[in-house]
Amino acid sequence: MTRTRRPRGRLQFLLDQLPVWMTGITFGVALLMIVGLLSLILAKGLGTFWPAPLEEVRLKDGSRYLGLVHRTEAIPHQFAADGRPLQRTFFRIGNRDLYGVDFVWVDDAQIDSQNRLRNAVAVERLEWGPFYGTVAQVKTPSGVIGGAADSVWLALRHELPGGRKRFQAIRHIEKKVIGDINFAMEEHRLAIKRLGLSRAAQSAERTQHERAIADLEARYAGIAEELERKRTDDRAYRVVLAEIGGRTKELPISSLVRVHRPNQLSWAGCVGVYLDRLREFIFEQPREANSEGGVAPAIFGTVMMTLLMTLAVVPLGVLAALYLHEYAKQGWLVSIVRIAVNNLAGVPSIVFGVFGLGFFCYLIGGTIDQLFFPERLPTPTFGGGGILWASLTLSLLTVPVVIVATEEALAAVPNGIRAASLACGATKFQTIWRVVLPAAVPGILTGTILAMARGAGEVAPLMITGVVKLAPDLPLDHLAPFLHLERRFMHLGFHIYDVGFQSPNVEASKAMVYMTTILLLGVVVCLNLTAMQVRGRLREQFRGAEV
Amino acid sequence: MMASNGPMLAVGKLVVGMGRKADETPPPQAGKLAKDATAMTLQDVHVWYGPSRAIKGVTMAIPEHRVTALIGPSGCGKSTLIRCLNRLNDLIEGLRVEGRISLHGEDINDPRLDVITLRKRIGMVFQKSNPFPKSIYENVAYGLRVDGEHRREVLDQVVEESLKRAALWDEVKDRLRANALGLSGGQQQRLCIARAIATEPEVLLLDEPCSALDPIATGKIEELLYALKDAYTIIIVTHNMQQAARVSDVTGFLLMGELIEFDATEKLFTTPHDPRTEAYITGRFG
Repeated sequence: MTRTRRPRGRLQFLLDQLPVWMTGITFGVALLMIVGLLSLILAKGLGTFWPAPLEEVRLKDGSRYLGLVHRTEAIPHQFAADGRPLQRTFFRIGNRDLYGVDFVWVDDAQIDSQNRLRNAVAVERLEWGPFYGTVAQVKTPSGVIGGAADSVWLALRHELPGGRKRFQAIRHIEKKVIGDINFAMEEHRLAIKRLGLSRAAQSAERTQHERAIADLEARYAGIAEELERKRTDDRAYRVVLAEIGGRTKELPISSLVRVHRPNQLSWAGCVGVYLDRLREFIFEQPREANSEGGVAPAIFGTVMMTLLMTLAVVPLGVLAALYLHEYAKQGWLVSIVRIAVNNLAGVPSIVFGVFGLGFFCYLIGGTIDQLFFPERLPTPTFGGGGILWASLTLSLLTVPVVIVATEEALAAVPNGIRAASLACGATKFQTIWRVVLPAAVPGILTGTILAMARGAGEVAPLMITGVVKLAPDLPLDHLAPFLHLERRFMHLGFHIYDVGFQSPNVEASKAMVYMTTILLLGVVVCLNLTAMQVRGRLREQFRGAEV
Repeated sequence: MMASNGPMLAVGKLVVGMGRKADETPPPQAGKLAKDATAMTLQDVHVWYGPSRAIKGVTMAIPEHRVTALIGPSGCGKSTLIRCLNRLNDLIEGLRVEGRISLHGEDINDPRLDVITLRKRIGMVFQKSNPFPKSIYENVAYGLRVDGEHRREVLDQVVEESLKRAALWDEVKDRLRANALGLSGGQQQRLCIARAIATEPEVLLLDEPCSALDPIATGKIEELLYALKDAYTIIIVTHNMQQAARVSDVTGFLLMGELIEFDATEKLFTTPHDPRTEAYITGRFG
């Protein structure tokens, strides 16, 4: 009896394909989610800075609005005669100082006419959000320019750079010059307080400090005078803006950030406005409770905190892993420690935050304050949140990643070269330091990259260990000792939360949330690419070490 | 048994070239062994891996400036034994060495003896070439560097000398800064020899140095051993009997952890005492 080989049926063939399909589809879903998230953020964020046209809307009841279309949607449960849902439009009308609101809903059915006012001007200013309207007058010491829209516009454009310059000069004096004097005065005051605390009658030193304070106060008086002069001078340059209803608003020209006529902008002009806004966003300070302006301090804070965290986490993790893998006697105790370290990565980050607050800020920071800065108490120096404590908290959070990666890298170093090193008469430490560790560096860097990615995106523990909504000073500046690790700082992740959910004007700042997200992603990608570049170079060096 | 093959021919030529030396010091006979100065002695050495015994009472005297070969089937304890000689077995947990091993009369297992110093006196080359993932130069200079030598000119000189003695200088002199892992297998093994001799050890241990190499590379290493034995006491572990016969003056045959026979190579291969040795060298088992 011969056994005939049954031909494999179509069903069998399909069943064979099943695993391929299943795995492929699952992968596709994961990919789709990532691509979807990225494209949502990019689509919502990148369009933000593009100047949109200003629409003049006349309603059937006679009211008029000037603003830009923010979004359109169907009115729920309301339908036109032909059964299609009725639409409504969300206009951003600006002029919050005059209207009290930034946005208004308009039912499309109520719109009588809609056209683009040629001379409509969009004004970005330091306070009260954008102003949409027309330029009525420009007042300078040499006279008042009014009348024809174009000539007033040109006059305003002409005056604008001067206004910015005056604004910068005033702000420089207010923040930098006066800030430096205040800083120096505070130092002298603290020195006097310190002398009082030590209860030594070093009156000579005391008078020296008092004299220095008096000098500084004299300097301050001079500068205050200069400042007042500049302010008076600045007040002479003003612009009168008119809104669509005819009401006017007079502003100092120096309080304008940017003006353009969106309905007359060429494509190149749009690009110019876009790039200028992007530049402001990346390089300038925030304005208006973070909902406008730039995020430069947050970028700086994020990068600096991540670097500080890396500086702390790499030695900590590598040394711990070296002990675990190279020195500790392998046994049940070490296994338990290893499991515990791995589980540490799963502890909710807010728990690390609470620990950081209690241990670093209050215990260690408090002790430092008692020992080294008693004259400043009860104001905490290190005893509160600060960039150092936040970085250390995050390094605790990410240290398991580095330990695990380092241990794996150490295990991958062939035992042959360890034996060779010992046979050359090297001690165990020399072997680890000169042979094992260099060969494990690429793996250690992989762990560092993962730790950086995790740490840069973490927000919860930072909120209680040093991140603030608006930090007046960067943790790195021109005043000795230059690096102020005790200072609070801004962070892009927290900025997203703050602007998106704590802002008084959520609708207006929504776009900023997307832009900040893009920026945070960009910062993380940049940090990681740098680390990967380094790792790639080292890998090249150790190529073939697995032999 | 001693079939003529490539490396064999090469070695034969070399023996002719070194005829003068061979006249001066004829291959040691069994009786003459005692006359040679002894570099290392092993006295009733037992090695335990936990409860099981890997080496059972080995006693031997390794002559100075000779090549001593240890042969035997896989798993007979050759590598374990050779690793006892520079105390590399210290690293293995649960391994215990009994008996006395001495280098020029000094007990190497003496707790007062510094194992780092010992390893500087006894160099080792491993079965798998294991250069460090560093430059060729740094590989050779490693032993001196860990010894605290920083003077550039000393390092330069030692690196050049060692590479020349390991017959590698001409091949690598133009790329001393290149990564050692870019060398071929045979070159890597010679680099390991250069690294081992850079610290001027008294004894050189070679643990199956040619097992991963092709016949040409093997021939080069064997030539090298000839050249080196004036300066060093060489102990080579091999499971290749032709190799043992070609390069060694004295041979020990190990079987199941026991030293069955230890004699002048010529004698051991031509007129073995023990029937087990004869069975092994004639290829009846192993």
